[in-house]
Amino acid sequence: MALVLNEEQKMLKESAQGFLSEHAPVAELRAQRDAGSDTGYSSTLWGQMVNMGWAAILVPEEYGGLAFGHVGMAQIIEQSGRTLTASPLLSTAILGVTAINLAGSEDQKTELLGAIAGGELTIALAVDEKIHHDPMQTAMRSEAKGDGYVLNGEKRFVVDGSTADKLIVATRTAGSPGDMKGISLFLVDRTAPGVSVQRTEMLDGRNAAIITFTDVEVTADALLGEQDRGFRALSATLDAGNAHLAAELLGIAQESFDRTLQYMKERKQFGALIGSFQALQHRTAHWWSEIEMCKSVVLKVLQSLDEGDVKSPALASIAKAKLCEVAELSTNEAIQLHGGIGMTDEYEIGFFIKRARPAQMLFGDYNYHANRFALISGY
Amino acid sequence: MSDLEVFRQETREWLEENCPQSMRSPVIAGEGACWGGRNWVFESEDQQLWLERMGSKGWTAPDWPTEYGGGGLVKAEHKVLKQEMGRIRARSPLDSFGIWMIGPALLKFGSEELKQQHLPAIIRGEIRWCQGYSEPNAGSDLAGLQSKAVDMGDHFIANGQKVWTSYGDKADWMFCLLRTDPDAKKQMGISLVLFDMETPGVTPKPIKLISGSSPFCETFLDDVRVEKDQVVGEVNQGWTIAKYLLTHEREMIGGMGLTGAGSKTLGAIAAQTIGTTDGRLNDLFMRTDVARWEIDAAAFAFTAERVTDEAKAGQGIGATSAMLKYYGTELNKRRFETLLKIGGSDDLIWEGDISNNGWTARTLLRTKGNSIEGGTSEVQLNIIAKNILGLG
Repeated sequence: MALVLNEEQKMLKESAQGFLSEHAPVAELRAQRDAGSDTGYSSTLWGQMVNMGWAAILVPEEYGGLAFGHVGMAQIIEQSGRTLTASPLLSTAILGVTAINLAGSEDQKTELLGAIAGGELTIALAVDEKIHHDPMQTAMRSEAKGDGYVLNGEKRFVVDGSTADKLIVATRTAGSPGDMKGISLFLVDRTAPGVSVQRTEMLDGRNAAIITFTDVEVTADALLGEQDRGFRALSATLDAGNAHLAAELLGIAQESFDRTLQYMKERKQFGALIGSFQALQHRTAHWWSEIEMCKSVVLKVLQSLDEGDVKSPALASIAKAKLCEVAELSTNEAIQLHGGIGMTDEYEIGFFIKRARPAQMLFGDYNYHANRFALISGY
Repeated sequence: MSDLEVFRQETREWLEENCPQSMRSPVIAGEGACWGGRNWVFESEDQQLWLERMGSKGWTAPDWPTEYGGGGLVKAEHKVLKQEMGRIRARSPLDSFGIWMIGPALLKFGSEELKQQHLPAIIRGEIRWCQGYSEPNAGSDLAGLQSKAVDMGDHFIANGQKVWTSYGDKADWMFCLLRTDPDAKKQMGISLVLFDMETPGVTPKPIKLISGSSPFCETFLDDVRVEKDQVVGEVNQGWTIAKYLLTHEREMIGGMGLTGAGSKTLGAIAAQTIGTTDGRLNDLFMRTDVARWEIDAAAFAFTAERVTDEAKAGQGIGATSAMLKYYGTELNKRRFETLLKIGGSDDLIWEGDISNNGWTARTLLRTKGNSIEGGTSEVQLNIIAKNILGLG
C-alpha cells in the first residue's frame, strides 16, 4: 500500500483541522484549565464530535459505526495534537472500541459499540498499577465467586478515569505478575460499590485517576473476552492506543515546529532576524528532518493496523518510541528558540510540552518501547 | 494478457537464457562489480558476456532513448526489468558514472552531436567516466573553483588541479568544471567540459585514504587541450548543469540506503556475536544502542518509501533529497560505530582472515566520508534551512 493518504482521509484531515482550530484552539484548553473544569474536557465539544461521527469511526458498520479505520481516525487525533484539544476520543472511541471489538461477545458488542458511536457511553482503560507502564506485570486480583467475580486492587494513570461511565480493568485471574497468561479484562461501572476514584489533575490540565477496587463484585457477563486470556486483546488495544498517541505527538511536534519557525522569521536580535543565524538554522533543519521521519513511522503503523499486519506490535513500538524522542526534542527546542517568552504561562508555546510529557508516558515511554521492540526483534 | 505481462514474460525468458549462472549472485562490498572502460580487465568470461548482452539490449541504461542505444523502457517496464533481475538475483552488468551522472546531464543539456558521440559508448560500458568537480580550495564552496580554461580560438587550454576524482586513475574520460570567464560573478563564469584522460597534460594521482584504499585521485591539468565542441550546454552556463548533477548525486547517495545493510539486521548480528539471555542481549548498554539505531533506521526506510510514494501521487514538497542525504549518511556512520563495538577487538585487526581484512574498521573509516562527499551534512542543513524552511 502506498505510504500516502487517500482522498477521503485527506478530506477528513482538512475538516478536522477546520473544526478544531475554530471550536477547540489552544485558548479553549486555557479556558478549561482556568475555569477548573471537573471533566478536563468540554461536554459541548464532545457532543459536536459525536454528531460529526467521530466516535463511530472505528466501530464496525454492523454495530452502527463508520468503519473508517485507524488512518482516518488518526487524522483527527493528529490535528487535536496541534490544537491540544482534550476529548474522550482516545479513551472511548479508540481504546474502548478496540478492546470491545477485539474481545467482546456478540451481546457486548451490540450493546456497547452502538452506545459509544451514539455518544451515550464513555470508557476508560485501567491498566497501570505502578508508576511505570508494564501490562504484563498486572497484579490486581479478580477471584471467581458464585456466578461472578470479586475484584481487589489499585489502578493509576487511568485517563478519563474520573469521568468515564465504564472502566475496562486489566486484572489477574491466574498466574503471577510477569506471566502473559492469567490476565482477564472486566467491564466495571465507575460508580459500582467498592470503586473509589481519586481524581488526579495532570500537568496537561486533563484528568486521570487513581482508582481503588475493594471487594468489587461483578457478574460473569462483565468479563470481556476469555478468562485468563485477556493479554492478547489488551496488547492489541495498547498498540492501537500507542499508534494514536504517536499521531497526537506528531501533531504536537509539528505545531511546536511551525510556531517556532514563524517566530524565527519575526524575532530580531543583534539587528537581524534570529532565523538568519546559522547556528539556529542547522538546529531547525535537523529538527525538521526528525519530524519527517515521524510522519513516516506514524502512517506506517496506522496502515498496518488497518491491514491487520502481524508487524503491527513492532511498528507500534517503533512509532511510539520515535515520537517520544522527537516530541521531547520539539517541545524543548520550541521553548529554547522562543527564549524567555517561551517560559511564560501567557504565551501558548509552553502548553505543548505540558501535553507532550503525559502523552509520551501514557502506555509506555521511549525506554519501554525501545525495550519492547528489541524483545520482539529477538534481542 | 496485458502488454506489461507480455513484456514480463519475454524479459523473464530472455534473462533466463542470457544471464550466466555466475552473474546470479549479489555484488558484496564491491567484489565482482563491473565498471567497464578501455582498461577494464574482466574478472571472468561470464562478466564480459553479461555486459555485452545487456549492453546490446540497452538494458545497462533501461530508460534511455533507443536512438542512442538505450533500452527505451517506460517506467512500468523498467520496474518489471528490475523485478525480474531481482527474481534470479542477477547482478548489475555495469556500475558507471557515465550512466549515473554525465549521461543524464547529456540527455538533458547536451547537443545532439555530444549525445551521439558519448551515450552509446557509455551504454556498452566501453568508456569509463570520472568527475572533475572539487579542488583543493573549492570543497563545500564548489563555485569558488579556480581551475581555468582559456579560449584559444578553436579550442581551450586548461590548467589547474582537481581533487576527489573518483577512480581518476582508471577512467577514460572526465567531465570537468572549469572557469571560462575569470571576470564574471563566481557562479556565472563556469563551464562543464569533457576531455579524454589520455590528453597530454592530464595526470591523475591516487590519494590513500584512512581506510587504506585509494578510490579517489587528485588530477593535475597542465596545458590540457579541450575541444570547443566538448562543452556541455552553453559556455559559462556550467553551474546550472553542475547543480543538476549535484542534486542527482545527492538523490543517489540518499537513495542508496545503508552500506552493506544486507539481509541481517544489526540486532541479529549483535545477538549472534554477543549472545542473549531470556531474549535480551547480554550487553544491556549495547542493546540500547542497537535498538535506538534500528528504530531510526526503520524511520528512515519508511521515509524514503513515503517520499517516493508522495512523488508518485503528486504530493509532497519535493526538495527532500537534502534531508535523505543528511539523515541517511549520519545513520550509516552510526551503524558502523555500533558494528565495530559489536565486533570488539577482533574487528580492529587490520588484515587477515579473523576480521575479513579489517572490513568493519575499514568500512567505518570510509563511512566518515559519506557526510562530506556530495555536499557535507552542514551544506545539506543549509539547503533545508534556505530552500525548504525559508530561513534567510
